[in-house]
Amino acid sequence: MSYIPSSQQERQEMLQTVGVAAMDNLFAVVPSALQIKQLNLPSAKSELEVSRMMRKIAGKNRVFSSIFRGAGAYHHYIPAIVKSITAKESFLTAYTPYQAEISQGILQSIFEYQTMICELTGMDVSNASIYDGASAAAEAMTMCHERKRDRVLISATVLPMVIQTVQTYCNGNDMTVELIPEKSGVTDIEALETMLNDKTACVYLQQPNYFGMLEAAEKVGEAAHRAGAKFVMGINPIAAAVLKTPRDCGADIAVGEGQPLGMPLSFGGPYLGFMATNTAMTRRLPGRIVGETVDIEGKRAFVLTLQAREQHIRREKASSNVCSNQALCAMTASVYCSAMGPSGLQEVANQCHAKAHYAARQISAIPGFALRNQGEFFHEFLTETPCRAETVLAKLAEKDILGGYPVSNGILWCVTEMNSKAQIDALTTALKEVSLACN
Amino acid sequence: MNIPQNLSYTKSHEWVLFLNETTARVGITDTAQQLLGDLVYINLPEVGDSVVSGDTFSDVESVKAVSDIYSPVTGEISAVNEELKDAPQKMNTAPYDSWLIEVKNITGQEKLLTAEQYAKICAEEEAH
Repeated sequence: MSYIPSSQQERQEMLQTVGVAAMDNLFAVVPSALQIKQLNLPSAKSELEVSRMMRKIAGKNRVFSSIFRGAGAYHHYIPAIVKSITAKESFLTAYTPYQAEISQGILQSIFEYQTMICELTGMDVSNASIYDGASAAAEAMTMCHERKRDRVLISATVLPMVIQTVQTYCNGNDMTVELIPEKSGVTDIEALETMLNDKTACVYLQQPNYFGMLEAAEKVGEAAHRAGAKFVMGINPIAAAVLKTPRDCGADIAVGEGQPLGMPLSFGGPYLGFMATNTAMTRRLPGRIVGETVDIEGKRAFVLTLQAREQHIRREKASSNVCSNQALCAMTASVYCSAMGPSGLQEVANQCHAKAHYAARQISAIPGFALRNQGEFFHEFLTETPCRAETVLAKLAEKDILGGYPVSNGILWCVTEMNSKAQIDALTTALKEVSLACN
Repeated sequence: MNIPQNLSYTKSHEWVLFLNETTARVGITDTAQQLLGDLVYINLPEVGDSVVSGDTFSDVESVKAVSDIYSPVTGEISAVNEELKDAPQKMNTAPYDSWLIEVKNITGQEKLLTAEQYAKICAEEEAH
């Protein structure tokens, strides 16, 4: 069944109006060699066949029973209620509502999400979400772009994919991107001080950083502000439950990858970019924003607000072309946060921290696996490796363990609440064997 | 319609008040604010920025739309009416007291209209 919204008669009338005898004549200007007479598509398959095929493709994934890898995507427990609520078809299949106010339920779900992001970041206003953490970071750079300030300073301790995405956006946005060097696993603040000037639009810092380390965020923020630049923080939302909020660290904009809030690890997403800012920069915030109001009868209602910022009104003067959001992922995050509650989120963060520190003590005691950096970390840490990281990871894979991520000739380990003590001990035992074999 | 005699005007509904031969203040007219509706935000340039006659230097946002404001003169911005950032509605209530920018070292200007000429243009536009 093909979906053609006009009837045969209506099409005939339209052809007559434009003065063309038949549909084919409309395409006469296209050289016949370029015209597709028939699409070379495989024949339709039955539900059973499709199901088998998809299972076969999915079977190519290797799912490890024990996972010690993060580096931007994190393995957390997802309460059953998260999937059962978000799987309701009215949420699952709904596309961005174009006649937004008619879908009060969708708007309310986004409003609740925005409220939670504001609570988590301490900021005044959140947008309805964007594609992922990297694009959120890049959009934040655009927010800071001013006529006389076009330099972005981004720490070398930021997730490389975020740096690349920022570079891509800034390239098209007439902003230059410079890397603030790393020193002992954290941002080199002395180097930053020498790089700042009156052309600096903003400084971007990740907390905890790519190597898992906690940055002196307030100091970086103070340095940025002394130079008249904005301070943007990329945060891990789970760590945010126990760390100082971006607001308390002096951030003008807080962004991050929302995946840890109830989204499973999957091959390429979909993920969730969250963005929040202060009142002064509200009008620069890209994407949709849902506001609360009252209807004609005085009842609580929700509307899309501040739309004059957006592309469909500002046209070429809009600073961003984001015009949709990750509604289902945003809802997933808000259902996850509701299910966990503030104390539940803190419990997850505390378990991540405690288990990662236990694992770091055990692993770093093994010959060849010393900690690369000294200092505070959250749930990731970088160690040396006695032989090539790939060799270590292959040995662990034999024991159904997904080891850490190979980073700058070391291994970046991640431990979350999902890792039991038994798993950590099994990892330690396996690494001891690897260590002996290497030496 | 309020069109003070002592000001000069542009077709794009800005007013100009010359403080001396090379310094002037620029704002938007009563007609402009009526056409735009309730103003909720203004994006102002900075002191020291240069403006070019006929080029946009600011934009204002009403509840419905965002509109450009064009400079009637060429020169350097010597002052910006920061008060409007917190109270853009003043452009609605007192358009001729709410100057946007003050321009110094004026080296050029577009063909400015007298109050009579501007009133005629407004009347023609309204008739359309």
